[in-house]
Amino acid sequence: MFLDLFYGLRDEGVPVAVQEWQMFMTSLEKGLHDSNLMAFYNIAKATLIKSETYYDAFDRVFARVFQGVEGELSASDELSDWLSDPKNFEGLTEEQRKMIEELDADELMRRYLETLDEQDERHDGGGRWVGTGGHSPFGNGGQHPTGIRVGGESKNRSAMKVAEDRRFEEYRTDHTLDIRNVRLALKRLRHLTREGPDDQLDLDETVDETCRNAGEIEFVYRSERRNNVRLLLLMDVGGTMEPYYEPVSRLLTALHEERGLRDFKPYYFHNCVYERLGTTTDLYVKDAIPTGDLLRRFDERWKVLFVGDAAMHPAELMNPRGNINPRYESESRGIDWLMRIRRHFNRVAWLNPDPASDWEYTRTTRVIGEIFPMFSLSLDGIQDAVTSLVGAKPSAPGITRH
Amino acid sequence: MSEESDFYRFTGTKGYIVSRSLVEAVNCAIALERPLLVKGEPGTGKTLLARHVAEGLGLEMESWHIKSTSKAMEGLYVYDTLQRLNDARFGEGDVGDIRSYIKLGPVGRVFSAPKRQLLLIDEVDKADLEFPNDILRELDEMRFTVMETSDEVVAKERPLVIITSNNEKELPDAFLRRCVFHFIEFPEPEMMRKIVDVHHPNVDTSLLDQVLIKFYWLRGQPDLRKKPSTSELIDWIAALLRSGISQDQLESHIPFLGSLLKNEQDTAALADFEERGGDMPSDWSDLGPRFNQ
Repeated sequence: MFLDLFYGLRDEGVPVAVQEWQMFMTSLEKGLHDSNLMAFYNIAKATLIKSETYYDAFDRVFARVFQGVEGELSASDELSDWLSDPKNFEGLTEEQRKMIEELDADELMRRYLETLDEQDERHDGGGRWVGTGGHSPFGNGGQHPTGIRVGGESKNRSAMKVAEDRRFEEYRTDHTLDIRNVRLALKRLRHLTREGPDDQLDLDETVDETCRNAGEIEFVYRSERRNNVRLLLLMDVGGTMEPYYEPVSRLLTALHEERGLRDFKPYYFHNCVYERLGTTTDLYVKDAIPTGDLLRRFDERWKVLFVGDAAMHPAELMNPRGNINPRYESESRGIDWLMRIRRHFNRVAWLNPDPASDWEYTRTTRVIGEIFPMFSLSLDGIQDAVTSLVGAKPSAPGITRH
Repeated sequence: MSEESDFYRFTGTKGYIVSRSLVEAVNCAIALERPLLVKGEPGTGKTLLARHVAEGLGLEMESWHIKSTSKAMEGLYVYDTLQRLNDARFGEGDVGDIRSYIKLGPVGRVFSAPKRQLLLIDEVDKADLEFPNDILRELDEMRFTVMETSDEVVAKERPLVIITSNNEKELPDAFLRRCVFHFIEFPEPEMMRKIVDVHHPNVDTSLLDQVLIKFYWLRGQPDLRKKPSTSELIDWIAALLRSGISQDQLESHIPFLGSLLKNEQDTAALADFEERGGDMPSDWSDLGPRFNQ
């Protein structure tokens, strides 16, 4: 079996289940791949992978599992015909014949690929002959009359070439932040709920119910559907965060404008939150509001989304007067302010643009990750963050990796 | 091989250029009797594909265009209660027979067709999140029951189902599990030449080169809000041909920009770029290694 492919994909986090695998196996049984590696690649991709975001992972795994396999495998029909005809095995001992019969089709295919692989290394140019010895099920170049010739030069690009090209890297969702994709993820924030008394006449339902009622009028009322998400964005705009500021705030503003959110307010800080939060990205003191005011003004139903790398000097987080920005004074420690915010709101999430693998190496990131559910600023991460903000149950704080 | 060898095989049609991987995905869906889910950028010909598969296989096609208000039930059948009420009040029609008020939807029509048909479910992501799940069982078993009459509609010939999605919403896992999936890549220049050739045969090669260089350059601009797609390219070439523009005029300027860029800010950004005397590429090598031919 090509189980390496299956488990390889699962290890990469591609959601492949037995159902997909069976679909793939069935298509192989039906001979759809024509014993052609390119077709094999395409069919595996069509049946196993259900989103272009996993195409890149598939390419990587495929290239690894079938490394070195090249060329066209255009002999399937002949191969299976030949193998199913016992008189072709006359030269073999009873033992060998038995061995061959025991190989199921998949195993055979794999050996076939393996042999092809070996052959590739030792034998360049010309037609390729599969098989290493007289008793190979694939025959032996020229000597065996029914030996199967495999090959001819591929006119199309080979599957390995295609897989190694990794053209789908840009569709990955675990490390690229594409604006269209982020908008998709953020759309989940449109958490619509029916609220208030049943005071709107539902005309369709009324007509429907009346008709079902054989003409006796039956009124149906329901409550209004409205978006009920209020989002508070707290964003780090210091130094390293600069490239992220523009896309994130633009997206959230756009989302708000198209009525995706009931209310939306952004505030800005540098590295960590202290006594004051900026209302503009340049963090002028005159435009700043006291953080305490923020906690009074916004009740616990607001969803809080932090965006920041959470990486700073430990003193900035743990010491009084830790603020790196001399324009602000900060008697309380940054961590106390963060804890206050965490406790005040029902749902909070932290998006971190640094790769999740680096988080544990930064002390402050580790500490903040224990206070806030932390997600990476990738499509998957945003999706999870949004789920933890508007989803069914609040997730426990702690570093979540993606 | 097996008895499948006499199976329908799709190889593309004259008016539609398909990549090999797409042909294989289509054939895979046919052989496995699974719906084929096609995703891709807008303008890569997802809907056209269904029409050409139907043509290539000689099947009749039934389309179901999904809207944000579409309900799964509508695809199966609609019970026209209003008409029945109306008839009852004015004494018209056979009110006693519910069957005459049951109207089959696209899925119902395909199922009850005497011959094998192709069902296109277009832009499935437009509907409610739960929509795909609601049609899952019907597509799986190829049968459904009309509740009002307890009649069962069973597909005589299992139809070929093609579903398109623009990626506006996530599709449920259970739904994806049952589909063969294909993502239509944006065509590479070589493929694009073939596609252009279908629509505008006999375009001068060096002119086409200039056109494609400008086109792929535009698409490569990271700040573009809406990338031009194949259908826009075809329109643009039509405009260029009709105006009889020469290759030299194309080298440093993009005429008829309106047919390529549909977003005001994009148009403004490009005008600004031209004003500043920005350098537009006129050779494939200017576009970077990916396009080196």
